[in-house]
Amino acid sequence: MYKFIKVGMADLQSSQHPCIITTLGLGSCVGIALYDPTRKVAGLAHVMLPSSQQARNNTNIAKFADTAIVKLIDDMVALGAVRTKLIAKLAGGAQMFSFNDTSDILKIGARNVAASKEVLKTLRIPIIAEDTGGNHGRTIEIHSEDGKLLIKTIGHGIKEI
Amino acid sequence: MVTDINNLNNMHLDVLKEIGNIGAGNAATALAKLLNRKIDMDVPRAKILEFKDVNEILGGAELPVVGILLKVSGDLTGNIMFILKQQAAALLVNMLMGRPLDIVQEEFSEIELSALKEIGNILAGSYLSSLSALTNLKIISSVPDLAIDMAGAILSVPAIEFGKVGDTVLYIETEFSEGCARVVGDFFLVPDYDTYDILLRALGVNC
Repeated sequence: MYKFIKVGMADLQSSQHPCIITTLGLGSCVGIALYDPTRKVAGLAHVMLPSSQQARNNTNIAKFADTAIVKLIDDMVALGAVRTKLIAKLAGGAQMFSFNDTSDILKIGARNVAASKEVLKTLRIPIIAEDTGGNHGRTIEIHSEDGKLLIKTIGHGIKEI
Repeated sequence: MVTDINNLNNMHLDVLKEIGNIGAGNAATALAKLLNRKIDMDVPRAKILEFKDVNEILGGAELPVVGILLKVSGDLTGNIMFILKQQAAALLVNMLMGRPLDIVQEEFSEIELSALKEIGNILAGSYLSSLSALTNLKIISSVPDLAIDMAGAILSVPAIEFGKVGDTVLYIETEFSEGCARVVGDFFLVPDYDTYDILLRALGVNC
């Protein structure tokens, strides 16, 4: 029986096999899915902002790409994952409203993706697949069986990465 | 001193609800005139939500909705959004264009999308101008932009701005319905974190 775990906005969860971890309606936020194929430990973070350094209030570490990824790895290692075996998949980081002006807030999606990649690179976790950018929302699910990431959209189909 | 939204008391919330009442009341009147139909609105709600609950406000993060967003600038900054379920948006377009109501199209044409944006523009304009008259604050709205997507993805847009300063977000929400309750939309005013006290002070409330 699969354990079905839901991750909210600015939240992160991890679990051993068998589980499906999901987060609904990602817009500019980024979903970072980590997986250890050898121990079948899966984790998912739903981050809203690129960096805890620029924020006035950074008590919720699941909110930021830099702190959330580190915490997620720690949680997964505690569940038996091997740090060097972890792989990453990214989804989200869309720009929901186009607007003509190019202020910060509107490009937040792209900044979230860039920051997530940077953090993963520093931690030497390979990103093996991604579905980021665009202008549509995504619901994602990571499956502990094989680490596949299922991405559902409205009007842009369903895909697996 | 900026009032922490977690420390807003009941009186503050009542004032914010009243703002929703006046703003949305004017917007409802504008919509009623535009459609030549009776429009009802419910009592506005001022909701302070944790991020994890934001996705679910409209009853499901994956619900397909039409969202019309305008940025607010001037003395008061933030976002104003009109959100309709997809079917309700289709009915609204039919009403506006004088077409039979029982034909519900799946996709919107350019002109229909433009009509929806214009509805958003008129409603947000009347909401904000009444708020401006009440508070003597200069309030300017941007051109409207529209997205058809999951409710969670659309509602997260104003929430992200709050993420920089706190772990909660405040939505002033008012629900509209057409006479036979077939067209239902939700109006959200989401003032930026730093502007609550401007808004409250302009109305003579001490923070």
